[in-house]
Amino acid sequence: MANVLAVLEQRGGALKQVSHEVLTAARTLADAAGGTVDAIVLGPGGVDVSGAGGYGADRVIVVESDDLSLYQPEPYAAAIVAQTQSGDYAAVVLAATAMGKDLAPRVAGRLDCPLAADVTALEWNDGPVASRPLYSGKAIAKLQLTASPCVISVRPNVFNPVENARDGTEQKAAPSETELRARTVEIKEPEKARLDVAEAPIVVSGGRGLKEAENFKLVEELADALGNAAVGASRAVVDAGWRSHAEQVGQTGKTVSPQLYVAVGISGAIQHLAGMRTSKVIVAINKDSDAPIFKVSDYGIVGDLFEVVPRLTQEIKNLRGG
Amino acid sequence: MKIAVCIKRVPDTEARIKIGADGKSIDDNGVKFVLNPYDEFAIEEALQLKEKAGDGEVVAIAMGTDGSQETIRTALAMGADRGVLLQTDVVAVNPVTVAKALAAELDGAGYDLVLFGKLAVDDDSQAVGTIVSELLGLPSVSAIGHLDITDGKGTAEREIEGGVEVVEFSLPAVLTAEKGLNEPRYPALRGIMMAKKKPLEVKPVEVSDEGIAVVELALPAERPEGRIVGEGPDAVPALIEALRMEAKVL
Ligand SMILES: Cc1cc2nc3c(=O)[nH]c(=O)nc-3n(C[C@H](O)[C@H](O)[C@H](O)COP(=O)(O)OP(=O)(O)OC[C@H]3O[C@@H](n4cnc5c(N)ncnc54)[C@H](O)[C@@H]3O)c2cc1C
Ligand SMILES: Nc1ncnc2c1ncn2[C@@H]1O[C@H](COP(=O)(O)O)[C@@H](O)[C@H]1O
Repeated sequence: MANVLAVLEQRGGALKQVSHEVLTAARTLADAAGGTVDAIVLGPGGVDVSGAGGYGADRVIVVESDDLSLYQPEPYAAAIVAQTQSGDYAAVVLAATAMGKDLAPRVAGRLDCPLAADVTALEWNDGPVASRPLYSGKAIAKLQLTASPCVISVRPNVFNPVENARDGTEQKAAPSETELRARTVEIKEPEKARLDVAEAPIVVSGGRGLKEAENFKLVEELADALGNAAVGASRAVVDAGWRSHAEQVGQTGKTVSPQLYVAVGISGAIQHLAGMRTSKVIVAINKDSDAPIFKVSDYGIVGDLFEVVPRLTQEIKNLRGG
Repeated sequence: MKIAVCIKRVPDTEARIKIGADGKSIDDNGVKFVLNPYDEFAIEEALQLKEKAGDGEVVAIAMGTDGSQETIRTALAMGADRGVLLQTDVVAVNPVTVAKALAAELDGAGYDLVLFGKLAVDDDSQAVGTIVSELLGLPSVSAIGHLDITDGKGTAEREIEGGVEVVEFSLPAVLTAEKGLNEPRYPALRGIMMAKKKPLEVKPVEVSDEGIAVVELALPAERPEGRIVGEGPDAVPALIEALRMEAKVL
């Protein structure tokens, strides 16, 4: 028997979508191993965890404190480690989000156990078997984990949430007293809140083909027309100062796997592809029919983006009845 | 200010990756190795902090094979004062294994700050720096894009989904560097010449990597050949049709 601890994420008291993916990944392991899935979530009082049972949580441990509304590395790690040590868990599963990428190493370090980070596929064979991209996605390693417990973070947007109704019995736990040597004091939100590239189901990215920063409005308008879309950027335009680093997609930016990725005036350098090649559907608009981006694209239009993009935006608006 | 920077030798980001004969690692033949790009930001930040403080020491520490000496020389050429190679031929799969060896070297050495890159572009774990902080019992902030240190206290900013977290911490501390933290300098000729004379200590280390092993390393599945739906704005309706009917994403 092997139980799995799924670490859920909340923001503003609501479970984040990625939590369902974590539960689905945890369920994959627990079902194969004949175990149960406990979920743990930290936050301020009143986090709504009612959705967790529907995606496979047998039990939901809620660690509440007003000091935990923002991600605080030390108490978060302490609570997860305490829970892991209190039960018989084969694996701790988190999402490789900004929080998970900070938290997973802490948990593995404290438990002195192996960590498989940013995993894109999971099986069970006498223990978890985790696949993860290496060399920025240029190779995929299949890893056998033999230590129990172990820590696994899963890449967002890869594990499709599967409904799987379980009890989801809620149980409250008090946070342990931890000294905060590092304290998150605030989250600065950008003035115009758009979806984050790493989370959005659709990403429209622009590159140097846009010629100048001003012209990014073409990309923004297309994203607005599509709805549910984030704006991304190549490194060339981030380095040029047209866009913020938060929007950069690629090896030294974010890794994204949206349902739809639209590359506008982006050549498709290997470092850019590293960040978006696992997108479900890729569309490229480029005037150069030899641009490498077309090699990874499902659909391409060869042409001047200044003509193609406004037309595309218009047709999508028509389609959406606006 | 005494600062350690942990650096790693990695394949150049342009490198074509081929799978080795064992089916578990890459074929190194013809691969150019470089200083991990994120570690350049860590070195630059350390140098700037030392320059601002007016005195101190920047120590570059790498764990790996003898080939990593070249990587350490790059850090010395940028301006680090001395280097340490924790020499081993073991390529650890578990980032905790690497962190333990580094933590043993760092522990008790009196560093005010220990800097890392956010991620090594070979194993893409984004873990070693943060694990080291846990092993040493030091505060840490990962993937920082902005840093301010005054009077033994630090404030760092890190990007999260849809915002920026502001984190305050006390020194000594561990930080991992995101792109955008600074503009790394290029080693000047003078720096390259001076680097040859700077001390580089080689210390063999024993490491045991347990509980996780590579079963297989493979190239990713090729994306199925896509198609050009047409040229110019007149191709837009065909694209929309394909996205709705075939791909079903609209
Ligand atoms: C260590 C390292 C890390 C890196 N990390 C990243 C990363 O994370 N992300 C990233 O993106 N890059 C990264 N790069 C940079 C990468 O190598 C490329 O330089 C960059 O991606 C190029 O950006 P681009 O496609 O916007 O520009 P370009 O390569 O200049 O391409 C512009 C494209 O626009 C097309 N175009 C021009 N005008 C028009 C028009 N009117 N209509 C239609 N198409 C037009 C051109 O045909 C061309 O294909 C990295 C590089 C290194 C060395
Ligand atoms: N073998 C190593 N020697 C020294 N530093 C390392 C080593 N491996 C990783 N690091 C450091 O840890 C950071 C994160 O690496 P990783 O967790 O492997 O993605 C790197 O940017 C380096 O600063």
